Amino acid sequence: MARMTGRRALAAVPVLLGVTLAVFAVAEASPFDPVKAYAGTAGLTASQENLDQLRHNLGVDQPLLTRWWEWLTAAVTGDLGDSAVMRRPVADVITERLGWSVLLAATAFLVAIALGTLLGVLAGRRRGGLLDRTVSALAYTLEAAPAFWLGLLAIWFFALRLGVLPAGGLTDTASDTVTPDQVARHLVLPALVLGVSQLPWFFLYVRQGVGDALDEDPVRGARARGLAERTVLTGHALRAGMLPMLTLIGSRVPELITGALLVETVFSWPGIAAATVQAATAVDFPLLAALTVLATAAVLLGNLLSDLLYGLADPRVGFDG
Amino acid sequence: MADPRTHRLRLWTSALVVGAVVLAVLLVPPLVQLDEQAVDLSQKLLPPSWEHPFGTDDVGRDLLLRCVYGLRISLLVGLVAALVATVLGTAVGAAAGALGGWTDRTLMRLVDAFSSVPHLLLGIFVVALFRPGVWPVIASVAVTHWLSTARIVRSEVLSLRTRPHIEAAISGGASRRRVATRHLLPAVLPQAGLAAVLMVPHAMWHESALSFLGLGLPSHQASLGNLVQSARSSLLSGAWWPTLFPGLFLILPTLAIAGLAGTWRDRLNPRRRSELML
Repeated sequence: MARMTGRRALAAVPVLLGVTLAVFAVAEASPFDPVKAYAGTAGLTASQENLDQLRHNLGVDQPLLTRWWEWLTAAVTGDLGDSAVMRRPVADVITERLGWSVLLAATAFLVAIALGTLLGVLAGRRRGGLLDRTVSALAYTLEAAPAFWLGLLAIWFFALRLGVLPAGGLTDTASDTVTPDQVARHLVLPALVLGVSQLPWFFLYVRQGVGDALDEDPVRGARARGLAERTVLTGHALRAGMLPMLTLIGSRVPELITGALLVETVFSWPGIAAATVQAATAVDFPLLAALTVLATAAVLLGNLLSDLLYGLADPRVGFDG
Repeated sequence: MADPRTHRLRLWTSALVVGAVVLAVLLVPPLVQLDEQAVDLSQKLLPPSWEHPFGTDDVGRDLLLRCVYGLRISLLVGLVAALVATVLGTAVGAAAGALGGWTDRTLMRLVDAFSSVPHLLLGIFVVALFRPGVWPVIASVAVTHWLSTARIVRSEVLSLRTRPHIEAAISGGASRRRVATRHLLPAVLPQAGLAAVLMVPHAMWHESALSFLGLGLPSHQASLGNLVQSARSSLLSGAWWPTLFPGLFLILPTLAIAGLAGTWRDRLNPRRRSELML
């Protein structure tokens, strides 16, 4: 297991290097000019001489590979450059916001797993029944519904119509300290929306797994031995049925990031996904590049986790992959 | 899915919705002599009524008309993006599968590397650097969606290559080109076509998300995502209809297309055991 982790970590290095290089190459090919972005409106009236000097100061007169290499060597030491839109070092922006994103994503994942498992077992128990058809239809509809739309409707209903939950942000606007109970109240809506947007996948997998497991010999044997339906369902069918879902959780990281990009923006949640959107809108290249690489690393980590869990859950699968 | 009546019902509902959508986006703009951009501030933010079934937006434009036009743009972007992505994916997948060896390994590593970046993030990155507009959006959707098609086509080609009729063609002296164009490509096309159809709603979703984030189409080409985005201020003043209907216009075609594609898929892969497989 340790060997596989090591090998996968090594394999991730060229992928990450490739992604960073691609990020720089795309920026090079695009009409985006870092000097004009840096100078802002002053750049419109500045002399060519000043612009050239600025170009030299920023180091953008260097060829692509040189700039990439300089960024990379600096990044390894923790210096990711400065974010123009946040007016702070990129590394500070990430360390400050990463925790909030992890909190939101983890809560949403728990919501999705808990609800998905519960509904999946209930629906898988009697496939084709009324409950199954209703929940499945709802799941396909949810799968088709964009997360930002769900978020906006949730804001309208819970924050505006009922007035029971805050519409966005991390704390109340009047407050200048971050207290756990305020964060918890502000977390409910975004976590629910993000969790519900991830729910269909979890639900469909558990439903399928439980439904299939109920038709198999261990369950038939358990029923023949006269075990209670409850024991059969939770002890035999659920355990077998949850396996494929659990082992694939790691591979859901890309969808989670996609959902977070939309949900954090809708709810003004101060995480890194919202920062990514701000960085993109303002074409803040240092921040955007760092966050793209960070997201890639998260996806690779998720894939590794997925393979490790798979190996742990099913001994027939080796750790050599 | 055991009940054939449910099955037929699903097929017909889906076909009906897709047909209605196609007719609406094709016929309404040339036939209906209404200006979707017509501003009438005395009619602003009216809730749904007989006169305006979806209500009006914050400057008094009819939302039903706006939604039809938005769907038209979203559908167009989705179709073009899915087409580009399918051509790209089929080309890469077929090349990897047919040539094998070193080419195969390099191309599939590339596919793996690409799929390590979350789709929407890659799309955001591309659009941010190339400035929002129709073509950057189509390009950003296309570059993120060809990966699964490439994988499907490659595995299909790999399994085809070992079949007797291909081996017979090769031992009969058929050139590589002839095998590829006469035997491999026609056999792969249905799978690629199915992937393309399933990709259209995906691409529409992607475009809406980008437009919603302000990184998609310019606001004068209002797609469904733009409509939801511009409805945000109305929502805060309590008007839910400008947000609700564009979203429904996105969900309904998605479900209908998936329903149609599902029937096609059942014919194509009759041994498919799980709903979750392609």
